[in-house]
Amino acid sequence: MRNRTALAFALLLIATAPASAERLITSLSNHQVLVTSSFTGTELVLFGSIERDEKTVSRRGGYNIIVTVSGPRQTLVVRRKDHVLGIWTNAESRSFLNTPTYLAVLSNRPVSEIAAPELMRRQEIGTYLIPRPALTAQIQSGEDDIFRDALIRLRKQRKLYVEEPTGVTFLTPSLFRATIRLPAEAPVGIYDVDVRLFADGTELARAHSALEVVKVGIEQFIVNAAANHGILYGLFTTLMALATGWFASVVFRKD
Amino acid sequence: MQIYLPIADLPVNMFLLLGMGLAVGFISGMFGIGGGFLMTPLLIFIGVVPAVAVATVSSHIAASSASSAISYWRRNAIDIPLAMMLLAGGIVGTAGGVWLFTLLRSADLLDLVIALSYVVLLVAVGGMMVSEALRAIIRAYQGYPVVLRRPGSHTWLHGLPFKVRFKRSKIYVSAMPVLGIGFIIGFIGSLMGIGGGFLLVPMLIYFLRVPTATVIGTSTVLTLITMASATVMHAATNHLVDALLALILMVGGVVGAQFGARAGQRMKAERLRLLLGLLVLGVGVRFALDLTIQPSELFSIRFTGGG
Repeated sequence: MRNRTALAFALLLIATAPASAERLITSLSNHQVLVTSSFTGTELVLFGSIERDEKTVSRRGGYNIIVTVSGPRQTLVVRRKDHVLGIWTNAESRSFLNTPTYLAVLSNRPVSEIAAPELMRRQEIGTYLIPRPALTAQIQSGEDDIFRDALIRLRKQRKLYVEEPTGVTFLTPSLFRATIRLPAEAPVGIYDVDVRLFADGTELARAHSALEVVKVGIEQFIVNAAANHGILYGLFTTLMALATGWFASVVFRKD
Repeated sequence: MQIYLPIADLPVNMFLLLGMGLAVGFISGMFGIGGGFLMTPLLIFIGVVPAVAVATVSSHIAASSASSAISYWRRNAIDIPLAMMLLAGGIVGTAGGVWLFTLLRSADLLDLVIALSYVVLLVAVGGMMVSEALRAIIRAYQGYPVVLRRPGSHTWLHGLPFKVRFKRSKIYVSAMPVLGIGFIIGFIGSLMGIGGGFLLVPMLIYFLRVPTATVIGTSTVLTLITMASATVMHAATNHLVDALLALILMVGGVVGAQFGARAGQRMKAERLRLLLGLLVLGVGVRFALDLTIQPSELFSIRFTGGG
């Protein structure tokens, strides 16, 4: 526990940007999410404060915040079904290398109003974190975007990609709060929390934090056993099946 | 009550799973089958990926066939030498099935092959069962005595060499079709996540002339051991067996099977065969519709390891 507090404190220190302009200080309500067999999703609260000093110029347009939470990265293959020989089957596909399995983009107003798309793309902010499909031997067509849109749509349906233009609330002009919702299916691993402060279309400060989703208890035990001790795990499952069958035949014995 | 399945990586309602186990167990007890051909599609339907469904259901079938094998054992209704010889083929078939399963999975063809196999196998077997049962029911209505069809005493199968005598079943057949049947059942069982009882029993009756006294008991032993070894092989090679899911399903399954067996005893044999045939046909048609009707969502995502 002390370690985690120390880590949080360290992250706070790192989060503080150079002295001249605004400084961004953030704190996450919890840095570790435990997935047990009764896990149905959870909410984390991110608090942040914008520190100013006397020299800081006033910002006419007010402050804007974009919080990007990205889960562990994997290669995702998006497949499309096509009508082949009378049946619907997976035909074309696109690979998205090193793509976040979870992505939440929270802001205090629509992201498009906060900064220009070119800047967002260059800085990989928000949904721009999702890369373009990897080049394959096939000639890339204009359909790439269709696959990327499908990826985002499918992940959104399962609440694994979230875009909330009202997800960040300013409590005072310099104090804000964001709620990060992790669904039950949230993949296990390290999540990167990236907070950026904007004003008048330019980035002023940036803060980093992280959280970890871990499976614990019987969950973790089963996953470990299945992955690392396949044969033993299989034998155990089989024994469990035989015991269940034997038990039933004893309980329901008629003669 | 929501419960998180560790391998299937899916939150599901525990009572839904128990209910599915009970329902499939009831049907399997009623017809004396393992029920894998119902459970695998049901799991796929609630969102478990086909690969995990197939691998997990094998342990579920092992449990339900263990409980019925024990009761047949008590009634001395198992032909052990015949079961052992079927098994010799069955284990090889299972290994072959798991090998093809792994190969198809890496080529991303597994879902399609599972769906197609279901369509072909279930529609064919279901159709045959329905027409056979309907003929029997019509004959019964017309007043003909119900005769178990034992057409011609010998087929080409009986001309094959390496003949073996199975005393308990009072048959004298070549070892080749016995090994072959075991192989086929083990192969498609591990590939499709079915015990194959609904295929094995007719095959034993029609091809090998195994009498009704020992046919179900013997087939149960084969199902039990092929499915138990399929569980171990799937766990060792593909790491896709979800023990928690399997446990919930098998608890529901063995309880349901007891009630199903009692309900089944009160029904006429040909009616029972008609119902089972319709059920098999229905599942097959459902898979066929899924393949031929344009799905509302054309896109799907597949994970291919860390990056």
